[in-house]
Amino acid sequence: MPQLDISTFSTQIAWLVITFAALFIIMWRVAVPRISDALEQRQTRMDDNLNKAAEFKKEAEAAIEAYEKSLTEARASAHSVIADVHATIVAETAAKDAELNTQIKAMLSESEASIAKATDQAMSNVRVVAEEVAAAAAERLLGDPVDAAVVSAAVDTATKARN
Amino acid sequence: MVRVKMRGNRTLAEGHSPLAQFEIKTLVPIQIGDINLSFTNSSAFMVATVLAISLFLIVGMRRSALVPGRWQSMVELSYIFIANLIKDTVGSGGRPYFPFIFTVFMFVLFGNLFGMLPYTFTFTSHIVVTFTMALFVFLGVTLIAIAKHKMHFFSFFMPPGVPMYMAPILIPIEIISYLSRPISLSVRLFANMLAGHTLMKVFAGFVFALGVFGIAPWAFIVALTGLEIVIAFLQAYVFTILTCLYLNDALHLH
Repeated sequence: MPQLDISTFSTQIAWLVITFAALFIIMWRVAVPRISDALEQRQTRMDDNLNKAAEFKKEAEAAIEAYEKSLTEARASAHSVIADVHATIVAETAAKDAELNTQIKAMLSESEASIAKATDQAMSNVRVVAEEVAAAAAERLLGDPVDAAVVSAAVDTATKARN
Repeated sequence: MVRVKMRGNRTLAEGHSPLAQFEIKTLVPIQIGDINLSFTNSSAFMVATVLAISLFLIVGMRRSALVPGRWQSMVELSYIFIANLIKDTVGSGGRPYFPFIFTVFMFVLFGNLFGMLPYTFTFTSHIVVTFTMALFVFLGVTLIAIAKHKMHFFSFFMPPGVPMYMAPILIPIEIISYLSRPISLSVRLFANMLAGHTLMKVFAGFVFALGVFGIAPWAFIVALTGLEIVIAFLQAYVFTILTCLYLNDALHLH
């Protein structure tokens, strides 16, 4: 069995120590720092990106909040504008209403006055006609012209009696 | 001259032996004093392992991209695998020992995997190699424990909460189990490699001996090759995790 050949032990041990030591130094000085550097760099890069993402998220949330705030503000101002417009419209309508009312009233009283005037005129015309009729009737009945003052007094009493 | 001739004869005689693959062959004879430091096939594969690992790790991380490619992913995966292993078994105190444990894992893993290629030599199939590594781990871990806990280290052999009258039985048992660590650590790796490679060679011999029916051992070897690759990983992992566990004992005692 070659494993038990003691004459080869010294060379195997010597070369094991040489090669293992060489490998250990390569590992310790070159390979391991390189790999750990690469891993660390990746980790920091990842952490960085995650932090950035978190920041962006926060910013986005702030923007959403601001947007919602401005939205509610806009809504409130819209409401107030609507209320204002409503109030002015109501006021204007009321004013116009009142104006129209007074105009109508004025027109009404005017027309009433003109109606009364017309009635008076008509009434006075009726009196004149009545006097003429009465004078004519009396003249025909008596054959003599009747005094105008008497006729007018008679008409007066007649109309008064009728009234 | 005589010795060379003898070795040559033996190689011929054992050419088809399943153990011939474990033969140490001198490539460049080096002799310092009475000590044989020849560059052998074992040394060649150790050097190849170191070169392969360095190539794998350094070339893989050459560009060190933010989004790793396949090769870089494999390098990072092996790093993270061992980093997590240390974190899980030793905790944060194990961080300074990471380069050493990573070296142990990669060295054993690549040594085992190199052995899976045809015509190669598996240096981890030699008990001297595995025992030297295990002994180094054992001595290192013991020195770390003594440096950290001073005399308190010896309380490790007397678990807390055990009645005093058990001490005469328990302390020798604990000491023996502690001292047998390097043996179990090295024999486990060595025996797995030896048995697997021998078994494959034995069945490979059957392929030609049985003629047409050689297809059966051949199919078995195909399956066994897959199993052996798994074992190559598994034994590297076991060697590493036991190193971590011993380190954990050294740092935290109980």
